[in-house]
Amino acid sequence: MTVQKAKTLFEKIWDAHHVADTATGASLIAVDRVFLHERTGAAALKSMAAAKRPVCDPARVFAVMDHIVDTRPGRGDGTLMEGGSAFITETRAAAKAAGITLFDVNDRDQGITHVISPELGIVLPGLTLVAPDSHTCTQGALGALAWGIGSSEAEHAMATGVLRLDRPKTMRVTYRGKLAPGVTAKDMVLALIAANGAGGGAGHVVEFAGEAVRALDIEARMTLCNMATEFAAMTGIIAPDARTFEYLADRRYAPENFDEPYWHTLRTDDGARFDREIEIDAAALAPMVSWGTSPEHAMPVDGTVPQGPPRAHDYIGLDAGAPLLGTPIDVAFIGSCTNARISDLRRAAAMLKGRHIAPSIRKALVVPGSSAVKRAAEAEGLDAIFTAAGFEWRASGCSLCFFAGGESFPEGSRTVSSTNRNFEGRQGPGIRTHIASPETVVASAIAGMIADPRELLVGN
Amino acid sequence: MTPFIILSSRAAPLLRDNVDTDAIIPSREMKSTGRTGLADGLFAPWRYLDAAARTPDPEFSLNRPEASGAQILLGGANFGCGSSREHAVWALAEYGMRCVIAPSFAPIFRANCIRNGLLPVTLPEAAIAPMAWQAITVDLPAQEVRCADAVHRFEIEPEPREMLLEGLDAIDLTLKSLPAIEDWTSLDRKARPWVYLERTQ
Repeated sequence: MTVQKAKTLFEKIWDAHHVADTATGASLIAVDRVFLHERTGAAALKSMAAAKRPVCDPARVFAVMDHIVDTRPGRGDGTLMEGGSAFITETRAAAKAAGITLFDVNDRDQGITHVISPELGIVLPGLTLVAPDSHTCTQGALGALAWGIGSSEAEHAMATGVLRLDRPKTMRVTYRGKLAPGVTAKDMVLALIAANGAGGGAGHVVEFAGEAVRALDIEARMTLCNMATEFAAMTGIIAPDARTFEYLADRRYAPENFDEPYWHTLRTDDGARFDREIEIDAAALAPMVSWGTSPEHAMPVDGTVPQGPPRAHDYIGLDAGAPLLGTPIDVAFIGSCTNARISDLRRAAAMLKGRHIAPSIRKALVVPGSSAVKRAAEAEGLDAIFTAAGFEWRASGCSLCFFAGGESFPEGSRTVSSTNRNFEGRQGPGIRTHIASPETVVASAIAGMIADPRELLVGN
Repeated sequence: MTPFIILSSRAAPLLRDNVDTDAIIPSREMKSTGRTGLADGLFAPWRYLDAAARTPDPEFSLNRPEASGAQILLGGANFGCGSSREHAVWALAEYGMRCVIAPSFAPIFRANCIRNGLLPVTLPEAAIAPMAWQAITVDLPAQEVRCADAVHRFEIEPEPREMLLEGLDAIDLTLKSLPAIEDWTSLDRKARPWVYLERTQ
């Protein structure tokens, strides 16, 4: 009688994609989907064309305009970033020549890669998916092995259908208990990174598990997995369950025979071993806000700033021991592949309804994660709530999650942002970014200072 | 790709943790759709007092006279974190760097280094700090970094070691396995038909 070794979810997907060993003991791992965007897509496709290497299966390669596309109404190929149009027009031409599927600037399906890929059912449980974008780990929320790569690796995947990889280590992060009201998936992942460091997941695939993870809806699971890259993990992944299958039903690229038996095997077996395990008490978590210049510089909103690197304190302008609550802000931003899906916008709008942002706020933006999210929000009247409250309502794209040289925030601004990176200069030279949940962004925008979203919860 | 075998150079320190790829090459410095023209924007936020005017900050490590010609950069933990932009490695290489030594690397940056002939060496922080501004030798066949009397052994997986030593192009190498890949794919099409798509547009 043979006894099957207990496997982790990651090991099952890895083994199912193992094509061959290389001469030096690495693996050729089959890649099921490749996603490109205009910032690097043209470079990769042009380089392949120059080397006369065709895309081996164009039907499984997709591209979208998201990174530098204009988000103002009535947009075309023009960008606020100088020279940005070339990235759009060259990616369009290269995508057409390569025969891959492109979601263009004004396509109904346009949006941020990691928002539209699940929306369209391009990512599926058990698939491998890569993109030259670090936040590809977001898509692990559907039970896929999805990770960010460089442009050369994107070329490799498109030209050969595989990547050459050394097997990563495995980590399980288990969130015990239930989240308190006002605490979200964003706070879960920020708490993990704050406690274990921005390099804490290096070399690992991280499976998120436990009661608090199972209780998250699919979009919140995407928020959790989104910041696995901020933990230096290869990716994050969550075992698919009934919620996942329900989410994917009737998505355009998902199989019609939806009840794929293989998908039900995609979970970590009892007794499977991880290289590392971390447990977190979800019930003890508070809304988290970053205080410094790395996602590891995150803290409970009602705490005091800890001692960090002097350079981080200098840049952000907050001393150790100072409270975050009450710190005046200039900008509020809701957007990005982390927190700009319809559920994020619904929760933000529910808090904003009948309220207005503080007069001291110099810029407040909502940038939906996809054109489909924008349409859905408009159908529900959320756009009217945001604009009545003083937010600008934009077309979808990555927008001011990063500064590409075009649109920026007012010089020296302090922002509260639903994005994923608070690096020096990430949102523009000298811009001081506090990353947080959409709830915390809204509460802070109303107060004109960093504020605790729990005080605005319905019933309080 | 230029093979990496042995390199002797002065080591320029940038001993900060979590140096991110936005700092190595800001998005606004990625002005063309190609892989070149990036060296000027390397570390632009830190290297220049005024990035637009390209006024050098004399305090920044790489602007110091002793950094001239340095091909080895010393970094802090989690070096190269953040965006997957390969431009960070292209910018370092175009500037003249061939090796980065750090206590740990972000995984995408590290993989990008290997694909571009730039050697990422992982050593403890305590070993790295004394190397600042020293003439050091990085010996990949021996997997050693030698600095004055100190010899530090470093680990690297066999696959990237081979790729760097031989200066191999990963795609050319993998295409030699194409028959095996095609055999696997034809079996997989039967096992997992739901994975394979028809072009719809």
